[in-house]
Amino acid sequence: MSELPGDLQYTSDHEWLRREDDGSVTVGITDHAQSALGDLVYVELPEVNQEVEAGGDMAVVESVKAASDVYAPIAGTVVAVNDALSDDPEVINNDPYGDGWIVRLEPGGDEGDLLSPDAYQALLDELES
Amino acid sequence: MPFIPHTDDDTREMLDAIGAKTIDDLFDEIPAELMIDSLDGVPDAMSEMEISRLMRERAAMDGAPLCFIGAGAYEHHIPQAVWDIATRGEYYSAYTPYQAEASQGTLQTIYEYQSMITELTGLDVSNASLYDGASGLAEAALMAVRGNRKAKSRQVLLAPGVNPAYARVAMAIAGSQGLTFDYLPMNPSTGNLEPGSLDDDAEPVAVVIQQPTFTGTLEDVDRITDWAHARGALVIAIANPTSLAVLKAPGHWGENGADIACGEGQPLGVPLSSGGPYFGYMTCKQQHVRQMPGRIIGRTTDLEGKPGFTLTLQAREQHIRRSKATSNICTNQGLMVTAATIYMSLLGIDGLAAVARQSVGNTARLAAGLTSIDGVERLFEGPCFHEVALKLDRPVAPVLEALAARNILGGYDLGADLPDGGNALLVCATETKTGADIDTYVETMREIFTSPLTQSA
Repeated sequence: MSELPGDLQYTSDHEWLRREDDGSVTVGITDHAQSALGDLVYVELPEVNQEVEAGGDMAVVESVKAASDVYAPIAGTVVAVNDALSDDPEVINNDPYGDGWIVRLEPGGDEGDLLSPDAYQALLDELES
Repeated sequence: MPFIPHTDDDTREMLDAIGAKTIDDLFDEIPAELMIDSLDGVPDAMSEMEISRLMRERAAMDGAPLCFIGAGAYEHHIPQAVWDIATRGEYYSAYTPYQAEASQGTLQTIYEYQSMITELTGLDVSNASLYDGASGLAEAALMAVRGNRKAKSRQVLLAPGVNPAYARVAMAIAGSQGLTFDYLPMNPSTGNLEPGSLDDDAEPVAVVIQQPTFTGTLEDVDRITDWAHARGALVIAIANPTSLAVLKAPGHWGENGADIACGEGQPLGVPLSSGGPYFGYMTCKQQHVRQMPGRIIGRTTDLEGKPGFTLTLQAREQHIRRSKATSNICTNQGLMVTAATIYMSLLGIDGLAAVARQSVGNTARLAAGLTSIDGVERLFEGPCFHEVALKLDRPVAPVLEALAARNILGGYDLGADLPDGGNALLVCATETKTGADIDTYVETMREIFTSPLTQSA
Protein backbone atom coordinates (compact mmCIF):
# COMPACT_ATOMS: atom_id res chain seq x y z
CA MET A 1 0.00 0.00 0.00
CA SER A 2 1.68 3.18 -1.13
CA GLU A 3 1.35 6.58 0.49
CA LEU A 4 -1.01 9.04 -1.23
CA PRO A 5 -1.26 12.61 0.10
CA GLY A 6 -4.74 14.12 -0.26
CA ASP A 7 -3.63 17.65 -1.18
CA LEU A 8 -2.01 16.69 -4.51
CA GLN A 9 -3.25 15.96 -8.01
CA TYR A 10 -2.04 12.97 -10.00
CA THR A 11 -1.63 11.65 -13.54
CA SER A 12 -2.21 8.20 -14.98
CA ASP A 13 1.57 8.13 -15.67
CA HIS A 14 2.23 8.24 -11.91
CA GLU A 15 3.34 11.81 -11.57
CA TRP A 16 2.08 14.06 -8.78
CA LEU A 17 1.52 17.79 -8.90
CA ARG A 18 1.27 20.38 -6.11
CA ARG A 19 -0.10 23.89 -6.66
CA GLU A 20 2.09 26.33 -4.74
CA ASP A 21 0.95 29.68 -3.28
CA ASP A 22 2.95 31.65 -5.85
CA GLY A 23 1.02 30.04 -8.72
CA SER A 24 3.81 27.66 -9.71
CA VAL A 25 3.35 23.90 -9.77
CA THR A 26 5.75 21.34 -8.29
CA VAL A 27 5.98 17.95 -9.98
CA GLY A 28 7.40 14.62 -8.88
CA ILE A 29 6.74 10.90 -9.24
CA THR A 30 4.46 9.00 -6.90
CA ASP A 31 5.40 6.58 -4.15
CA HIS A 32 3.98 3.81 -6.32
CA ALA A 33 6.26 4.85 -9.23
CA GLN A 34 9.45 4.99 -7.17
CA SER A 35 8.63 1.65 -5.59
CA ALA A 36 8.02 0.04 -9.01
CA LEU A 37 11.29 1.43 -10.41
CA GLY A 38 13.44 0.42 -7.45
CA ASP A 39 16.59 2.20 -6.30
CA LEU A 40 17.16 5.21 -8.53
CA VAL A 41 20.69 5.80 -9.77
CA TYR A 42 20.25 8.78 -12.05
CA VAL A 43 17.83 11.58 -12.83
CA GLU A 44 18.07 13.53 -16.06
CA LEU A 45 16.63 16.99 -15.45
CA PRO A 46 15.36 19.53 -18.00
CA GLU A 47 16.91 22.95 -18.42
CA VAL A 48 15.42 25.93 -16.56
CA ASN A 49 13.33 28.06 -18.96
CA GLN A 50 12.64 25.02 -21.11
CA GLU A 51 9.03 24.92 -22.31
CA VAL A 52 7.11 21.69 -21.88
CA GLU A 53 3.86 20.41 -23.36
CA ALA A 54 1.25 18.53 -21.36
CA GLY A 55 2.16 14.85 -21.72
CA GLY A 56 5.57 15.67 -23.24
CA ASP A 57 8.93 14.29 -22.03
CA MET A 58 10.30 16.37 -19.20
CA ALA A 59 12.83 14.28 -17.27
CA VAL A 60 14.14 10.73 -17.09
CA VAL A 61 14.46 8.63 -13.96
CA GLU A 62 16.81 5.68 -14.14
CA SER A 63 17.02 2.79 -11.73
CA VAL A 64 19.31 -0.21 -11.79
CA LYS A 65 16.73 -2.09 -13.83
CA ALA A 66 14.86 0.47 -15.89
CA ALA A 67 14.79 4.00 -17.21
CA SER A 68 11.50 5.82 -17.48
CA ASP A 69 10.35 9.14 -18.82
CA VAL A 70 8.70 11.64 -16.52
CA TYR A 71 6.00 13.48 -18.47
CA ALA A 72 4.91 17.05 -17.87
CA PRO A 73 1.41 16.80 -16.37
CA ILE A 74 0.51 20.27 -17.65
CA ALA A 75 1.95 22.65 -20.21
CA GLY A 76 4.26 25.35 -18.94
CA THR A 77 7.80 26.61 -18.47
CA VAL A 78 10.40 25.06 -16.19
CA VAL A 79 11.21 27.60 -13.46
CA ALA A 80 13.30 25.35 -11.20
CA VAL A 81 14.77 21.86 -11.14
CA ASN A 82 15.81 19.87 -8.09
CA ASP A 83 19.58 19.89 -8.59
CA ALA A 84 20.08 17.86 -5.41
CA LEU A 85 18.86 14.82 -7.37
CA SER A 86 21.95 14.92 -9.58
CA ASP A 87 24.15 13.83 -6.68
CA ASP A 88 21.57 11.92 -4.70
CA PRO A 89 18.78 10.46 -6.85
CA GLU A 90 17.68 8.13 -4.06
CA VAL A 91 16.03 11.11 -2.38
CA ILE A 92 13.11 10.25 -4.67
CA ASN A 93 12.94 6.76 -3.15
CA ASN A 94 13.11 8.12 0.39
CA ASP A 95 10.82 11.14 0.10
CA PRO A 96 8.91 11.13 -3.22
CA TYR A 97 6.43 13.85 -2.22
CA GLY A 98 8.89 16.12 -0.38
CA ASP A 99 12.62 16.49 -0.97
CA GLY A 100 12.26 14.19 -3.96
CA TRP A 101 10.39 16.75 -6.08
CA ILE A 102 11.76 16.94 -9.63
CA VAL A 103 10.62 20.09 -11.43
CA ARG A 104 8.75 23.32 -10.70
CA LEU A 105 6.66 24.66 -13.59
CA GLU A 106 5.03 27.99 -14.35
CA PRO A 107 1.71 26.82 -15.83
CA GLY A 108 0.87 28.04 -19.30
CA GLY A 109 -1.89 26.60 -21.44
CA ASP A 110 -3.02 22.99 -21.49
CA GLU A 111 -3.88 21.69 -18.02
CA GLY A 112 -3.75 18.04 -19.11
CA ASP A 113 -5.83 15.23 -17.62
CA LEU A 114 -5.31 15.34 -13.88
CA LEU A 115 -6.65 12.86 -11.34
CA SER A 116 -7.93 13.47 -7.83
CA PRO A 117 -6.38 11.39 -5.03
CA ASP A 118 -9.44 9.13 -5.09
CA ALA A 119 -9.29 8.66 -8.84
CA TYR A 120 -5.56 7.88 -8.70
CA GLN A 121 -6.16 5.43 -5.84
CA ALA A 122 -8.79 3.74 -7.99
CA LEU A 123 -6.22 3.45 -10.79
CA LEU A 124 -3.70 1.87 -8.42
CA ASP A 125 -6.35 -0.56 -7.12
CA GLU A 126 -7.06 -1.57 -10.69
CA LEU A 127 -3.35 -2.11 -11.39
CA GLU A 128 -2.96 -4.25 -8.30
CA SER A 129 -6.06 -6.36 -8.92
CA MET B 1 22.63 -25.91 -23.82
CA PRO B 2 21.27 -27.18 -27.17
CA PHE B 3 20.94 -24.57 -29.92
CA ILE B 4 18.41 -26.57 -31.91
CA PRO B 5 15.45 -24.75 -33.44
CA HIS B 6 12.01 -25.85 -32.34
CA THR B 7 10.60 -29.01 -33.89
CA ASP B 8 7.32 -29.22 -35.82
CA ASP B 9 5.71 -30.48 -32.63
CA ASP B 10 7.00 -27.49 -30.66
CA THR B 11 5.66 -25.15 -33.32
CA ARG B 12 2.27 -26.88 -33.31
CA GLU B 13 2.07 -26.68 -29.53
CA MET B 14 2.89 -22.97 -29.50
CA LEU B 15 0.41 -22.17 -32.27
CA ASP B 16 -2.33 -24.14 -30.43
CA ALA B 17 -1.60 -22.22 -27.24
CA ILE B 18 -2.30 -18.88 -28.90
CA GLY B 19 -5.07 -20.14 -31.13
CA ALA B 20 -3.38 -19.71 -34.51
CA LYS B 21 -3.61 -22.32 -37.26
CA THR B 22 -0.40 -21.60 -39.14
CA ILE B 23 2.66 -19.42 -38.76
CA ASP B 24 1.41 -17.32 -41.68
CA ASP B 25 -1.62 -16.40 -39.57
CA LEU B 26 0.74 -14.45 -37.33
CA PHE B 27 1.48 -12.11 -40.23
CA ASP B 28 -2.05 -11.66 -41.53
CA GLU B 29 -1.96 -7.98 -40.62
CA ILE B 30 0.35 -7.38 -43.57
CA PRO B 31 -1.83 -6.46 -46.59
CA ALA B 32 -1.77 -9.15 -49.28
CA GLU B 33 -0.55 -6.73 -51.94
CA LEU B 34 2.62 -6.12 -49.93
CA MET B 35 3.48 -9.81 -49.68
CA ILE B 36 5.91 -11.25 -52.22
CA ASP B 37 6.74 -14.86 -53.04
CA SER B 38 10.17 -14.38 -54.51
CA LEU B 39 13.00 -11.89 -54.70
CA ASP B 40 13.96 -10.64 -58.13
CA GLY B 41 17.61 -10.91 -59.01
CA VAL B 42 18.53 -13.17 -56.12
CA PRO B 43 20.12 -16.35 -57.46
CA ASP B 44 19.08 -19.82 -56.37
CA ALA B 45 20.72 -21.43 -53.38
CA MET B 46 24.13 -23.00 -53.95
CA SER B 47 25.81 -25.94 -52.27
CA GLU B 48 28.77 -25.38 -49.94
CA MET B 49 31.10 -26.77 -52.61
CA GLU B 50 29.73 -24.43 -55.28
CA ILE B 51 29.84 -21.35 -53.09
CA SER B 52 33.39 -22.09 -51.89
CA ARG B 53 34.51 -22.35 -55.50
CA LEU B 54 32.75 -19.12 -56.45
CA MET B 55 34.28 -17.22 -53.55
CA ARG B 56 37.78 -18.57 -54.26
CA GLU B 57 37.49 -17.45 -57.86
CA ARG B 58 36.25 -14.01 -56.86
CA ALA B 59 38.98 -13.62 -54.23
CA ALA B 60 41.61 -14.52 -56.82
CA MET B 61 40.39 -11.62 -58.96
CA ASP B 62 41.74 -9.26 -56.29
CA GLY B 63 45.24 -10.53 -57.04
CA ALA B 64 48.06 -9.19 -54.88
CA PRO B 65 48.53 -5.62 -56.10
CA LEU B 66 50.77 -3.05 -54.48
CA CYS B 67 48.22 -0.86 -52.68
CA PHE B 68 48.67 2.90 -52.27
CA ILE B 69 45.00 3.66 -51.57
CA GLY B 70 44.00 5.04 -48.19
CA ALA B 71 40.99 7.37 -48.08
CA GLY B 72 39.61 5.91 -44.87
CA ALA B 73 40.87 2.30 -44.82
CA TYR B 74 44.55 1.51 -44.49
CA GLU B 75 46.77 -1.48 -45.18
CA HIS B 76 48.91 -2.06 -42.11
CA HIS B 77 51.04 -4.99 -41.07
CA ILE B 78 49.01 -7.27 -38.80
CA PRO B 79 51.17 -9.53 -36.63
CA GLN B 80 50.29 -13.20 -37.15
CA ALA B 81 49.43 -13.55 -33.46
CA VAL B 82 46.50 -11.12 -33.75
CA TRP B 83 44.16 -13.34 -35.73
CA ASP B 84 45.66 -16.58 -34.35
CA ILE B 85 44.43 -15.47 -30.94
CA ALA B 86 41.24 -13.72 -32.10
CA THR B 87 40.02 -16.85 -33.89
CA ARG B 88 40.50 -19.15 -30.90
CA GLY B 89 37.21 -20.72 -29.89
CA GLU B 90 37.07 -18.68 -26.69
CA TYR B 91 37.01 -15.41 -28.65
CA TYR B 92 35.49 -16.37 -31.98
CA SER B 93 32.14 -14.61 -31.75
CA ALA B 94 30.85 -11.26 -32.90
CA TYR B 95 28.60 -10.87 -29.89
CA THR B 96 28.60 -10.54 -26.17
CA PRO B 97 26.73 -13.68 -25.16
CA TYR B 98 23.41 -13.67 -23.41
CA GLN B 99 24.02 -13.79 -19.67
CA ALA B 100 27.04 -11.66 -20.55
CA GLU B 101 28.52 -11.80 -17.06
CA ALA B 102 28.99 -15.57 -17.43
CA SER B 103 31.62 -14.76 -20.08
CA GLN B 104 34.10 -12.82 -17.97
CA GLY B 105 36.90 -13.23 -20.54
CA THR B 106 34.85 -11.60 -23.28
CA LEU B 107 33.87 -8.74 -21.00
CA GLN B 108 37.44 -8.25 -19.81
CA THR B 109 38.65 -8.08 -23.42
CA ILE B 110 36.15 -5.34 -24.19
CA TYR B 111 37.07 -3.55 -20.96
CA GLU B 112 40.75 -3.61 -21.97
CA TYR B 113 39.76 -2.34 -25.44
CA GLN B 114 37.78 0.53 -23.89
CA SER B 115 40.74 1.41 -21.65
CA MET B 116 43.12 1.57 -24.61
CA ILE B 117 40.77 3.63 -26.79
CA THR B 118 40.09 6.14 -24.01
CA GLU B 119 43.85 6.48 -23.53
CA LEU B 120 44.40 7.08 -27.26
CA THR B 121 41.62 9.66 -27.53
CA GLY B 122 42.23 11.35 -24.17
CA LEU B 123 38.57 11.04 -23.19
CA ASP B 124 36.88 9.46 -20.18
CA VAL B 125 34.70 6.62 -21.44
CA SER B 126 34.46 4.34 -24.45
CA ASN B 127 31.70 2.08 -25.66
CA ALA B 128 32.27 -1.47 -26.88
CA SER B 129 32.34 -0.34 -30.56
CA LEU B 130 30.02 0.65 -33.40
CA TYR B 131 29.61 -0.66 -36.95
CA ASP B 132 32.20 1.55 -38.63
CA GLY B 133 33.58 5.07 -38.69
CA ALA B 134 30.86 6.51 -40.93
CA SER B 135 27.90 5.27 -38.90
CA GLY B 136 29.92 6.30 -35.84
CA LEU B 137 29.65 9.91 -36.98
CA ALA B 138 25.87 9.58 -37.32
CA GLU B 139 25.67 8.13 -33.79
CA ALA B 140 27.93 10.90 -32.47
CA ALA B 141 25.76 13.59 -34.06
CA LEU B 142 22.57 12.12 -32.59
CA MET B 143 24.34 11.80 -29.25
CA ALA B 144 25.43 15.44 -29.41
CA VAL B 145 21.82 16.52 -29.94
CA ARG B 146 20.72 14.50 -26.90
CA GLY B 147 23.61 15.83 -24.83
CA ASN B 148 23.26 19.49 -25.82
CA ARG B 149 19.70 20.27 -24.81
CA LYS B 150 20.45 23.97 -24.38
CA ALA B 151 20.91 24.23 -28.13
CA LYS B 152 17.70 24.64 -30.09
CA SER B 153 19.55 24.11 -33.34
CA ARG B 154 19.76 20.79 -35.18
CA GLN B 155 22.53 21.97 -37.46
CA VAL B 156 25.79 20.01 -37.43
CA LEU B 157 28.72 21.86 -39.02
CA LEU B 158 31.47 19.83 -40.65
CA ALA B 159 35.04 21.08 -40.97
CA PRO B 160 36.11 20.72 -44.62
CA GLY B 161 38.36 17.77 -43.78
CA VAL B 162 35.50 15.45 -42.83
CA ASN B 163 35.40 12.33 -45.04
CA PRO B 164 32.61 12.98 -47.58
CA ALA B 165 31.42 9.37 -47.34
CA TYR B 166 30.98 9.82 -43.57
CA ALA B 167 28.93 12.97 -44.21
CA ARG B 168 26.68 11.09 -46.65
CA VAL B 169 26.15 8.20 -44.24
CA ALA B 170 25.44 10.59 -41.36
CA MET B 171 22.86 12.42 -43.48
CA ALA B 172 21.23 9.13 -44.47
CA ILE B 173 20.96 7.96 -40.85
CA ALA B 174 20.37 11.19 -38.94
CA GLY B 175 18.85 13.42 -41.63
CA SER B 176 15.44 11.81 -41.16
CA GLN B 177 15.61 12.78 -37.48
CA GLY B 178 15.77 16.48 -38.28
CA LEU B 179 19.54 16.98 -38.26
CA THR B 180 21.23 18.91 -41.05
CA PHE B 181 24.89 18.60 -41.98
CA ASP B 182 26.69 21.51 -43.61
CA TYR B 183 30.34 21.83 -44.59
CA LEU B 184 32.34 24.88 -43.54
CA PRO B 185 34.31 26.42 -46.44
CA MET B 186 37.65 24.96 -47.51
CA ASN B 187 40.70 27.05 -48.27
CA PRO B 188 41.72 25.88 -51.76
CA SER B 189 45.44 26.19 -51.12
CA THR B 190 45.62 24.41 -47.73
CA GLY B 191 42.68 21.98 -47.94
CA ASN B 192 41.81 23.09 -44.42
CA LEU B 193 39.24 25.49 -43.02
CA GLU B 194 39.12 28.86 -44.76
CA PRO B 195 40.46 31.28 -42.13
CA GLY B 196 37.94 33.96 -41.30
CA SER B 197 34.99 31.76 -42.24
CA LEU B 198 33.97 31.04 -38.64
CA ASP B 199 30.76 33.00 -38.27
CA ASP B 200 30.08 34.37 -34.80
CA ASP B 201 26.34 34.25 -35.43
CA ALA B 202 26.31 30.52 -36.16
CA GLU B 203 24.36 28.36 -33.70
CA PRO B 204 25.28 24.76 -34.49
CA VAL B 205 24.41 21.98 -32.05
CA ALA B 206 27.72 20.30 -32.87
CA VAL B 207 30.85 20.86 -34.91
CA VAL B 208 32.70 17.91 -36.45
CA ILE B 209 36.47 18.11 -36.96
CA GLN B 210 38.48 15.36 -38.63
CA GLN B 211 42.19 15.07 -37.89
CA PRO B 212 44.11 14.16 -40.01
CA THR B 213 41.70 15.47 -42.64
CA PHE B 214 40.29 13.27 -45.40
CA THR B 215 43.06 14.55 -47.70
CA GLY B 216 45.75 13.90 -45.09
CA THR B 217 46.36 17.50 -44.07
CA LEU B 218 46.54 18.72 -40.48
CA GLU B 219 43.76 21.06 -39.38
CA ASP B 220 43.97 23.79 -36.70
CA VAL B 221 41.81 21.72 -34.36
CA ASP B 222 42.39 23.89 -31.28
CA ARG B 223 40.98 27.00 -32.87
CA ILE B 224 37.87 25.31 -34.28
CA THR B 225 37.25 23.51 -30.99
CA ASP B 226 37.36 26.74 -29.00
CA TRP B 227 35.14 28.53 -31.52
CA ALA B 228 32.58 25.71 -31.40
CA HIS B 229 32.48 25.72 -27.61
CA ALA B 230 32.08 29.51 -27.58
CA ARG B 231 29.05 29.05 -29.87
CA GLY B 232 27.49 26.58 -27.43
CA ALA B 233 28.16 23.58 -29.69
CA LEU B 234 29.61 20.21 -28.75
CA VAL B 235 32.75 19.15 -30.58
CA ILE B 236 32.88 15.77 -32.33
CA ALA B 237 36.36 14.61 -33.28
CA ILE B 238 37.00 12.08 -36.03
CA ALA B 239 40.51 10.69 -35.75
CA ASN B 240 42.47 7.86 -37.31
CA PRO B 241 43.50 5.80 -34.25
CA THR B 242 47.01 5.18 -35.65
CA SER B 243 47.58 8.94 -35.82
CA LEU B 244 46.63 9.32 -32.16
CA ALA B 245 49.91 7.64 -31.16
CA VAL B 246 51.71 10.80 -32.36
CA LEU B 247 49.13 13.59 -32.66
CA LYS B 248 47.35 15.49 -29.88
CA ALA B 249 44.46 13.46 -28.46
CA PRO B 250 40.96 14.91 -29.12
CA GLY B 251 40.41 15.17 -25.35
CA HIS B 252 43.14 17.83 -25.32
CA TRP B 253 42.02 19.89 -28.32
CA GLY B 254 41.61 23.58 -27.50
CA GLU B 255 40.87 24.87 -24.02
CA ASN B 256 38.41 22.15 -23.04
CA GLY B 257 38.90 19.28 -25.46
CA ALA B 258 36.52 17.58 -27.86
CA ASP B 259 33.36 16.23 -26.24
CA ILE B 260 32.99 13.10 -28.36
CA ALA B 261 35.52 11.24 -30.49
CA CYS B 262 34.70 8.62 -33.10
CA GLY B 263 36.32 7.02 -36.08
CA GLU B 264 37.23 3.96 -38.05
CA GLY B 265 38.94 1.24 -36.04
CA GLN B 266 40.08 -0.77 -39.08
CA PRO B 267 43.72 0.42 -38.97
CA LEU B 268 44.06 -1.41 -35.63
CA GLY B 269 44.60 -4.96 -36.81
CA VAL B 270 41.67 -5.42 -39.18
CA PRO B 271 42.53 -6.40 -42.77
CA LEU B 272 41.19 -4.37 -45.72
CA SER B 273 39.25 -7.44 -46.94
CA SER B 274 37.37 -5.68 -49.74
CA GLY B 275 35.66 -3.21 -47.40
CA GLY B 276 34.67 -4.99 -44.26
CA PRO B 277 33.81 -6.02 -41.66
CA TYR B 278 35.43 -3.10 -39.87
CA PHE B 279 34.45 -1.43 -36.60
CA GLY B 280 33.84 2.07 -35.33
CA TYR B 281 35.10 3.41 -32.04
CA MET B 282 33.50 6.05 -29.87
CA THR B 283 34.60 7.81 -26.69
CA CYS B 284 33.27 10.81 -24.80
CA LYS B 285 33.58 12.93 -21.70
CA GLN B 286 32.08 11.44 -18.54
CA GLN B 287 29.25 14.01 -18.49
CA HIS B 288 27.83 12.60 -21.75
CA VAL B 289 28.07 8.91 -20.90
CA ARG B 290 24.30 8.45 -20.48
CA GLN B 291 23.78 9.66 -24.04
CA MET B 292 26.29 7.20 -25.45
CA PRO B 293 25.01 4.47 -27.78
CA GLY B 294 26.01 0.83 -27.50
CA ARG B 295 27.33 -1.38 -24.77
CA ILE B 296 29.72 -0.30 -22.05
CA ILE B 297 31.65 -2.77 -19.90
CA GLY B 298 32.49 -1.73 -16.36
CA ARG B 299 34.87 -3.17 -13.78
CA THR B 300 33.34 -4.01 -10.44
CA THR B 301 33.71 -6.36 -7.47
CA ASP B 302 31.53 -9.37 -6.77
CA LEU B 303 29.92 -10.33 -3.47
CA GLU B 304 33.18 -11.93 -2.34
CA GLY B 305 35.14 -8.76 -3.13
CA LYS B 306 36.82 -10.27 -6.20
CA PRO B 307 37.27 -8.10 -9.30
CA GLY B 308 34.88 -8.77 -12.15
CA PHE B 309 33.42 -7.21 -15.27
CA THR B 310 29.83 -6.33 -16.03
CA LEU B 311 27.61 -4.62 -18.57
CA THR B 312 27.05 -1.17 -17.17
CA LEU B 313 24.58 1.69 -17.68
CA GLN B 314 22.29 -0.72 -19.51
CA ALA B 315 19.25 1.49 -18.96
CA ARG B 316 20.33 3.43 -22.10
CA GLU B 317 19.96 0.29 -24.19
CA GLN B 318 17.17 -1.05 -26.32
CA HIS B 319 16.37 -4.15 -24.26
CA ILE B 320 15.43 -1.86 -21.36
CA ARG B 321 14.67 1.53 -22.85
CA ARG B 322 12.85 0.18 -25.93
CA SER B 323 12.06 2.89 -28.49
CA LYS B 324 13.67 5.56 -26.29
CA ALA B 325 17.03 3.78 -26.33
CA THR B 326 20.07 5.88 -27.27
CA SER B 327 20.56 3.60 -30.28
CA ASN B 328 19.71 0.18 -31.66
CA ILE B 329 23.41 -0.69 -31.59
CA CYS B 330 24.47 -3.45 -29.21
CA THR B 331 27.61 -5.55 -29.55
CA ASN B 332 27.98 -5.50 -33.32
CA GLN B 333 31.67 -5.76 -34.16
CA GLY B 334 32.96 -7.73 -31.16
CA LEU B 335 35.34 -9.92 -33.11
CA MET B 336 37.01 -6.95 -34.81
CA VAL B 337 37.35 -5.31 -31.41
CA THR B 338 39.01 -8.42 -30.06
CA ALA B 339 41.55 -8.28 -32.89
CA ALA B 340 42.12 -4.56 -32.29
CA THR B 341 42.69 -5.17 -28.58
CA ILE B 342 45.28 -7.83 -29.33
CA TYR B 343 46.89 -5.62 -31.99
CA MET B 344 47.19 -2.67 -29.60
CA SER B 345 48.47 -4.93 -26.81
CA LEU B 346 51.19 -6.40 -29.05
CA LEU B 347 52.34 -3.06 -30.45
CA GLY B 348 51.97 -0.94 -27.35
CA ILE B 349 51.88 2.82 -27.65
CA ASP B 350 55.51 2.93 -28.82
CA GLY B 351 54.85 0.35 -31.52
CA LEU B 352 51.78 2.23 -32.73
CA ALA B 353 53.81 5.45 -32.81
CA ALA B 354 56.48 3.65 -34.85
CA VAL B 355 53.80 2.53 -37.34
CA ALA B 356 52.55 6.11 -37.59
CA ARG B 357 56.03 7.61 -38.06
CA GLN B 358 57.08 5.02 -40.61
CA SER B 359 53.87 5.63 -42.59
CA VAL B 360 54.36 9.40 -42.49
CA GLY B 361 57.96 8.96 -43.69
CA ASN B 362 56.97 6.59 -46.50
CA THR B 363 54.22 8.91 -47.68
CA ALA B 364 56.62 11.88 -47.67
CA ARG B 365 59.08 9.82 -49.74
CA LEU B 366 56.31 8.81 -52.15
CA ALA B 367 55.11 12.42 -52.48
CA ALA B 368 58.66 13.63 -53.15
CA GLY B 369 59.13 10.97 -55.82
CA LEU B 370 55.82 11.53 -57.57
CA THR B 371 56.10 15.34 -57.57
CA SER B 372 59.49 15.03 -59.26
CA ILE B 373 57.48 13.97 -62.33
CA ASP B 374 56.57 16.74 -64.73
CA GLY B 375 52.77 17.13 -64.45
CA VAL B 376 52.42 16.00 -60.81
CA GLU B 377 52.41 18.44 -57.92
CA ARG B 378 51.08 18.75 -54.39
CA LEU B 379 47.43 19.87 -54.33
CA PHE B 380 47.73 21.49 -50.90
CA GLU B 381 50.60 23.17 -49.11
CA GLY B 382 51.44 22.40 -45.51
CA PRO B 383 52.23 19.27 -43.50
CA CYS B 384 50.31 16.05 -43.91
CA PHE B 385 50.02 12.75 -42.08
CA HIS B 386 50.29 9.45 -43.98
CA GLU B 387 48.29 10.56 -46.98
CA VAL B 388 48.84 13.31 -49.52
CA ALA B 389 46.68 14.86 -52.26
CA LEU B 390 48.32 15.39 -55.66
CA LYS B 391 47.24 17.48 -58.63
CA LEU B 392 47.76 15.85 -62.03
CA ASP B 393 47.91 17.62 -65.37
CA ARG B 394 45.57 15.03 -66.91
CA PRO B 395 42.45 13.01 -65.97
CA VAL B 396 43.03 10.67 -63.03
CA ALA B 397 40.97 7.65 -64.09
CA PRO B 398 43.11 6.61 -67.11
CA VAL B 399 46.27 7.01 -65.01
CA LEU B 400 44.84 4.73 -62.32
CA GLU B 401 43.84 2.21 -64.98
CA ALA B 402 47.33 2.22 -66.43
CA LEU B 403 48.81 1.72 -62.95
CA ALA B 404 46.36 -1.11 -62.21
CA ALA B 405 47.44 -2.81 -65.42
CA ARG B 406 50.96 -2.78 -63.90
CA ASN B 407 49.62 -4.28 -60.65
CA ILE B 408 49.64 -1.00 -58.70
CA LEU B 409 46.58 0.47 -56.94
CA GLY B 410 47.71 4.05 -57.37
CA GLY B 411 45.38 5.89 -55.02
CA TYR B 412 41.93 7.36 -54.64
CA ASP B 413 40.47 9.68 -57.31
CA LEU B 414 39.43 12.82 -55.40
CA GLY B 415 37.69 14.43 -58.38
CA ALA B 416 34.15 13.75 -57.19
CA ASP B 417 34.85 14.78 -53.59
CA LEU B 418 36.46 18.20 -53.96
CA PRO B 419 34.36 21.32 -54.50
CA ASP B 420 36.13 22.32 -57.74
CA GLY B 421 36.68 18.74 -58.96
CA GLY B 422 39.83 18.79 -60.99
CA ASN B 423 42.40 16.05 -61.51
CA ALA B 424 43.26 15.19 -57.93
CA LEU B 425 44.66 11.94 -56.58
CA LEU B 426 44.99 10.92 -52.93
CA VAL B 427 47.92 8.58 -52.24
CA CYS B 428 49.05 6.78 -49.10
CA ALA B 429 52.12 4.71 -48.25
CA THR B 430 51.89 2.93 -44.91
CA GLU B 431 54.70 1.11 -43.11
CA THR B 432 53.95 -1.94 -45.27
CA LYS B 433 55.63 -0.28 -48.28
CA THR B 434 59.38 -0.69 -48.73
CA GLY B 435 61.65 1.83 -50.39
CA ALA B 436 61.69 -0.46 -53.43
CA ASP B 437 57.85 -0.50 -53.54
CA ILE B 438 57.77 3.29 -53.49
CA ASP B 439 60.44 3.51 -56.20
CA THR B 440 58.45 1.03 -58.31
CA TYR B 441 55.36 3.22 -58.06
CA VAL B 442 57.27 6.41 -58.87
CA GLU B 443 59.05 4.93 -61.88
CA THR B 444 55.87 3.33 -63.22
CA MET B 445 54.08 6.65 -62.86
CA ARG B 446 56.94 8.40 -64.64
CA GLU B 447 56.66 5.96 -67.56
CA ILE B 448 52.90 6.47 -67.74
CA PHE B 449 53.33 10.23 -67.80
CA THR B 450 55.76 10.03 -70.70
CA SER B 451 53.67 7.51 -72.68
CA PRO B 452 51.47 9.02 -75.38
CA LEU B 453 48.28 7.26 -74.21
CA THR B 454 47.68 9.30 -71.09
CA GLN B 455 49.24 12.57 -72.20
CA SER B 456 47.63 15.68 -70.89
CA ALA B 457 45.14 17.26 -73.23
